[in-house]
Amino acid sequence: MSQSELTREVARRVFASEFNDSTYAFKESDDERAPNYALLPTGDRANRVFVSGTLTETEDVGEESEYWRGRVVDPTGTFFVYAGQYQPEAASVLRETEPPAYVSIVGKPRTYETDDGTINVSLRPESISVVDDETRDRWVVETAERTLDRIEAFEAWESEQEAPENASTAPTNEYAQMAREQYDSPVVNYRNDVIQALESLETVEKDDAEAPV
Amino acid sequence: MSDVRQHADDIHAQFSDHIDVDIEDVEERLTTLVDEYKVPMDEARRSVTNHYLEEAGLEREDISGGDSEAAKIEDVDEPEEWIDLTAKVIELWDPRSDSVAQVGLLGDPTGTIKFTKWAKSELPALEEGGVYELRNVVTDEYQGRYSVKLNSTTVIEELDEDIEVGNDTSEVEGALVDMQRGSGLIKRCPEEDCTRVLQNGRCNEHGEVEGEFDLRIKAVVDDGIDAHEVIFDKDATEELTGLSLEEAKEMAMDALDTTIVADEIREDIVGTYYRIEGPTFGRYVLADDVEELGGPADPEELLIKARSM
Repeated sequence: MSQSELTREVARRVFASEFNDSTYAFKESDDERAPNYALLPTGDRANRVFVSGTLTETEDVGEESEYWRGRVVDPTGTFFVYAGQYQPEAASVLRETEPPAYVSIVGKPRTYETDDGTINVSLRPESISVVDDETRDRWVVETAERTLDRIEAFEAWESEQEAPENASTAPTNEYAQMAREQYDSPVVNYRNDVIQALESLETVEKDDAEAPV
Repeated sequence: MSDVRQHADDIHAQFSDHIDVDIEDVEERLTTLVDEYKVPMDEARRSVTNHYLEEAGLEREDISGGDSEAAKIEDVDEPEEWIDLTAKVIELWDPRSDSVAQVGLLGDPTGTIKFTKWAKSELPALEEGGVYELRNVVTDEYQGRYSVKLNSTTVIEELDEDIEVGNDTSEVEGALVDMQRGSGLIKRCPEEDCTRVLQNGRCNEHGEVEGEFDLRIKAVVDDGIDAHEVIFDKDATEELTGLSLEEAKEMAMDALDTTIVADEIREDIVGTYYRIEGPTFGRYVLADDVEELGGPADPEELLIKARSM
């Protein structure tokens, strides 16, 4: 049994807006088989994610063999999901599902560079399931919670950096540090996305007076 | 009782079977080391114990208890602690190495823990179902899981009583993100006391056998913080999927393929949120009580938190 099976990678919860900004990929060791991680801008690493949203479009973009692209929309943006011959089960779900439909996806972040040098982040699915609206809503709330937890840890680390006299008690947060080195986007953006996502749930009334700035 | 007095009492108790030790004398020696010479208590205790060992002409192994303390299984959370357990042997497993005399699972009212007894320790055999007082066992840890090791200093005393064994029940809540190989309609070895899952009609122990059908699911339930491995036995699988063993067999017969059952189940459960409660065995949670989770909790509180950040 390989090491990776013994310590299974947790599926992080991340909204599309943050996922698509996770353009920096890295490994923790030089070992060829070491897992790849995407660096989340709120300061965590993700080898695997669990997302849920509305499948709005599917298209076979393959040339010689089938290669399916799906657009999966959450309250903050769109996940681009690609499945080909090496993900036969996921590909067949994309082939057979009639959009729009709610889906849950377990998958791995992948980055690729376009001709003009932009780095795009896509999702390579391990599994895609058609789900109901309750599962999708539960995911939105859960993802909001996990994202706020990351932001909180990021900000705690950041405030310690600004007040070095307290450095002895500073929480270590190596991925927050890495995120600050790699990305420009301030974490408050993701807090705003969380608010937007939660407000999009039907049960929640909008609070204009305290709308995000 | 003062701290020093307590330690003195422990040391006194260890030697009481062997030599006549005056507890006042023990306490005085400890106090001298700790108060005058500023020696840490554990070092002082070691030093005083050694003094009496020498005086009595004993080896450390000869005295009862050593530095161990009576403990409950659920309290084991550090490696290399010397403890005493009163526990029942729930299961004995086949040792995989000649250096191991016995290996299995111990239980007490607070939970269960794996034990290993080394061959070179030459200890008496433990019997399945027996209740024992095990003095001077040492805890060990491997990848976050604890076990105890019986060693040459361990004293085993069989007790003529039964004890309740508690479960380390845990509750996991999250998305079912994966169903692993060996799930669905499986075949088990029919040999007595062997329930191994067959691989291509072969049992690891008994070779080619006519297997007996069973249903089970090995799944991963993930809450975004930890990934938990969960096993659903036949009853739990039937309840979760609404598919009975008989129906599963028919389904496989019609398709001339058993994997169709796993495919059906996978489609049904992966990507869905569950709350699962059950005892833990090693790294697995055995699904006893399963609830599919519907809509989310009220997001209002989170929204307030987000706005105030």
